Amino acid sequence: MEKDMNVRSLIRDNISKRKNSIDKLMPKFFFLMASVSIITTIGIVMTLITDAIKFFEKVSFAQFFSADLAPLNANNPTFGILPLITGTVLSSLIAMMVAIPVGLTAAMYLSEFATEGTRRVIKPIMEVLAGIPTIVYGFFAYSFVTPLLMELIPSLEAKNVLSPGIVMGIMIIPMVASLSEDAMNAVPNAMREGAYGLGSTKLEVTIKVVLPAAISGIMASFVLAISRAIGETMIVAIASGSSKNLTFDITKSMQTMTGYIVEFTSGDAGSGTTGYYSLYAVGLLLFIFTLVMNLIAQYISRKYREEY
Amino acid sequence: MNYDGEIIKNTMNNENKAPLIIEINHQRIERRIMINKIAKYVFLSSTLFALVVLALLLYRIGAQSIGWLNLGFLTRNLSIFPEKAGIFGAIVGSLGLMLIVIPVTLIIGVSTAIYLEEYASKSKIQTFIKINISNLASVPSVIFGLLGLGLFGRLLGLGSSILAGGFTLSLLVLPIVVVSSQEAIKAVPGFLKEASYAMGANKWTTIRKVVLPVSLPGILTGAILSISRAIGETAPLVVLGIPTLIMRVPTSVMDDFTALPIQIYYWTLDTVLTAEYANLAAATIVVLLSVLFVLNSVAIVIRNKSQKGF
Repeated sequence: MEKDMNVRSLIRDNISKRKNSIDKLMPKFFFLMASVSIITTIGIVMTLITDAIKFFEKVSFAQFFSADLAPLNANNPTFGILPLITGTVLSSLIAMMVAIPVGLTAAMYLSEFATEGTRRVIKPIMEVLAGIPTIVYGFFAYSFVTPLLMELIPSLEAKNVLSPGIVMGIMIIPMVASLSEDAMNAVPNAMREGAYGLGSTKLEVTIKVVLPAAISGIMASFVLAISRAIGETMIVAIASGSSKNLTFDITKSMQTMTGYIVEFTSGDAGSGTTGYYSLYAVGLLLFIFTLVMNLIAQYISRKYREEY
Repeated sequence: MNYDGEIIKNTMNNENKAPLIIEINHQRIERRIMINKIAKYVFLSSTLFALVVLALLLYRIGAQSIGWLNLGFLTRNLSIFPEKAGIFGAIVGSLGLMLIVIPVTLIIGVSTAIYLEEYASKSKIQTFIKINISNLASVPSVIFGLLGLGLFGRLLGLGSSILAGGFTLSLLVLPIVVVSSQEAIKAVPGFLKEASYAMGANKWTTIRKVVLPVSLPGILTGAILSISRAIGETAPLVVLGIPTLIMRVPTSVMDDFTALPIQIYYWTLDTVLTAEYANLAAATIVVLLSVLFVLNSVAIVIRNKSQKGF
């Protein structure tokens, strides 16, 4: 008995010496790696806030939320963000006017009308569309869509908000379509069959049964799409120009918040200047906008989800 | 599910009882079926709209690159003369970026996924990290550029080197690798792990010899998708302050560099000065899209080959 115990403890000791040391070490290593994502978030928030604070030490809130934007003015640079916000809101609005109707109807087609075969062909193509880098869309907007629109609207400027807005909408279509389709697919078939049994057509089932049942997921997809449009950079940086005037005319050049960051940083944003810190103030506002949108989307899909 | 109103229509054609009422109903039903049909084609056309745009985009860019995309274009260096310009430096720059992004995202991403699924399953830490990652995934890429500029560029003094760009892009695509690796690890059947434990293997041995090999195809697919995202990403690199015209091909990770998407950006901006730059941009886009196409095809092949059930 004594001997038996000894052998067991010997084996236990042996195992723990050779292998368990690594076995105990690995979770710590994995945790360290997992914390990188948290550190990244903290890093983003910290860099944005610390440099934005330095910006607000030099520029008052009142000036920041004004309409005068002339960051490169040597004597008296001004940093009013309103022109950038109008540019961002207008381009996102145009994008939504393209992406929401087309994306939603495409989702309705794919989820309710299409056969399995059609779906298997169209969905991968949608994925390809979603995988194209935004810089390519920017080139397309500037070199193809803008000249095309100029034929229709002669007063259109070479850089304008309309064309990148439309192209941004096209870029977001796959996202709206696939998220909305997922929401519609989650609606149980029994509900559809109930409506069919009452003699409804496919359209009536889609609009009166499936859409209301999937509305939380669909609304969430819209909000995520807005967040995506607000954060989109390269399309507007290329095609909507860098005019810093406050205007609501979509045929004119406007700058978005993202466009400002890209233009100013690749220009002469020397470290330590007010202009350099203004990037972080604009970045912070952009971060807050998109974060709020994402939280709203999460809230909508949690709060209004109907459980069947 | 393939109901389209035919049955109702046929029964309504039997007008033997109460002809007037049936006549009215008939018209109403005909109209509803008609609207249904119209709606179907409207919905179909909006689905096809996206495809038409894709075809148009590929055709336009392809047509514009003809005559400009040749071997010389791929092997020459940048030049201010459009006829002499090439993207060799940009290709090297993009490859250099990938040389950093691939190992960094794979090590951090897969480790995070293993931690979340195998060690912290259903704990509060798991929920916290998961929420954090999903929020990180929706932060605009230009913000990651600001993080890279402040942290890697200025604070760590990496400037606008390949290393700074690579680290920035790694953080940007990290959520993609984590989420796809998580899915792959979650899909490993429990009985495989239990069999391993029953043989006396400890947790790390089980992960190394059972979980990782089985989930490898899924992990690779996610890794390839994240690489194809990183390779086309422009905004963070522009924010890092990549100089406009670099004539020298980078030789180390500390060198300044240019990459394919950056070159597209600057050439597109410069079309105001020289119209031919648009053709160069188009040719570069064709190169970039070809790389993406190859990467995605490999991902699809891996995904299809690995779809063997247990």
